[in-house]
Amino acid sequence: MITKEEVEHIGWLARIEIDEKESDAYAQKLNSVLDYFGQLDELDTEAVPPTYHVADIMNVFREDLVKPSMPQEDVLANTENKQEGNFKVPRIM
Amino acid sequence: MRAWTDISNIKQIIADSSAEEITAAYIEAIGKSKINGFISVWDEAIKVAREIDSNGHQGPLAGVPIAIKDNISTKGLSTTCSSKVLQGYVPPYDAHVIERLKEAGAVILGKTNMDEFAMGTSTESSCYGPTLNPWDLDRVPGGSSGGSAAVVAAGEAPVSLGSDTGGSVRCPAAYCGVVGLKPSYGCISRYGLISYANSLEQIGPLATNVADIARIMDVVAGYDHRDSTSINRENTYSDALKDDVKGMTIGVPDEYFGEGIHKDVEKSVWDAISKFEDMGATYEKVSMPHTKYALASYYIIAMSEASSNLARFDGTRFGHRVDGEDWHVMASKTRAEGFGIEVKRRVLLGTYALSAGYHDKYYLKALKVRTLVKQDFDKALANVDVLMAPTMPAPAFKIGEKIEDPLSLYLSDVNTVPMNLAGVPSISVPCGFAGGMPVGLHIIGKHFDENAIIKAAYSFEQNTDHHNRRPPEVA
Repeated sequence: MITKEEVEHIGWLARIEIDEKESDAYAQKLNSVLDYFGQLDELDTEAVPPTYHVADIMNVFREDLVKPSMPQEDVLANTENKQEGNFKVPRIM
Repeated sequence: MRAWTDISNIKQIIADSSAEEITAAYIEAIGKSKINGFISVWDEAIKVAREIDSNGHQGPLAGVPIAIKDNISTKGLSTTCSSKVLQGYVPPYDAHVIERLKEAGAVILGKTNMDEFAMGTSTESSCYGPTLNPWDLDRVPGGSSGGSAAVVAAGEAPVSLGSDTGGSVRCPAAYCGVVGLKPSYGCISRYGLISYANSLEQIGPLATNVADIARIMDVVAGYDHRDSTSINRENTYSDALKDDVKGMTIGVPDEYFGEGIHKDVEKSVWDAISKFEDMGATYEKVSMPHTKYALASYYIIAMSEASSNLARFDGTRFGHRVDGEDWHVMASKTRAEGFGIEVKRRVLLGTYALSAGYHDKYYLKALKVRTLVKQDFDKALANVDVLMAPTMPAPAFKIGEKIEDPLSLYLSDVNTVPMNLAGVPSISVPCGFAGGMPVGLHIIGKHFDENAIIKAAYSFEQNTDHHNRRPPEVA
């Protein structure tokens, strides 16, 4: 069972602000889904390896060649918050 | 112009008139739409069509109009995933599939409505409001590629692209009475597809008929080094357009006809299987015992991947931003305001499933169950050429019927998510009606054996007329 307090903590981890009023409703809906997920406990998977993806490939390498990249102005075109070629954000620390 | 048409007819019309004229006719149809399937129309479409006319109709899709789901990046054309958090975002580059379509001469009509970030089965979670099902405007078109299916069914585009993470092409194809293909994982580059759950999803085509699905695949499938899960394998999908299923073996998994199946859906699918027998195929029952666990495994994996993929929508570089005293507050407020309720639920659950103390219980467990589900497919498909089942257990539901109860919406996906866990290809083709709404036959193949399911679907279409039925008000 997820508690209201846990919902608020997960909200912080996920960087989604959740106010006290919402956290009750979230807890209720999330718990009904988690309860459903619990049915996987019926299966003994001790000896089963996990499948992260199904593509039969690993370690895709390429030559380390210098190629043209996207122009800086294109990368910055989707924000008003920029300065001297950088994205501008409020203080982080 | 016939509203429901196919690529070969479009090419004939273009030869007789022009790409410009047919593009204009579709844009006019979109302008009169009742279904809210398109959320934007490309203002360059007519100009592009005119250029194709003046260049002598070069390319396999020269002048063919196509609708694109709004989570596929289109350079210079707004791409929002039907989310407030991406309002105003205009991609500076084209997705690989868009590059391929443009090279082939296709004309992008515009972007189609979807569940926000492709998280849904009904297209009701879009910030643009729901898309309506052309067969019954009170019902959902399915999702998450509801716009892409509905505009094809309504004759507002001849073909479209959607994306399928857990059924998001096949579900709306079934609900709207059109054809939709989820290719094998690795078949089509995901470069430029805005990720929801990248170990599960593929871009896939929707059309009124199977031949057009193959023709779109011939253009958009293929290797791309910018997607590290793209697999280098040549195939000509239109080679599979043969009316021949003699000797084909079909497996029918009992588990896909389980609790909650609508009796007319069950009957339509069994009638289809009998039709295949008449055409020279044989069927046998197969068992896929882990099917009932696929849904929980799928949702844990999808939500976990989503919680990581959607971290990029923080107001820093594009889209919506709400000011805050520091970056964390800015991001938290931006995401609280920019994401809809279902997206937040999935990101929260995914964050929880990956968090310290719960990783093994949920995420790792789900990955292990994924192995068992995949083994079910390996075993079942070792002895038969294809599997057949209902795409959706019941026809399209009413708008508003399930939106308040996420779990009941998730349960609708029970027959479509296992293929995404296993990475195998599957196609939904119309096979009848239940309560006046279309039913989809689900045909599933071995990894990278798209041609087997395309051949089966094409043969079925040649010997039946389900695909010729039109929604009311569509010519």
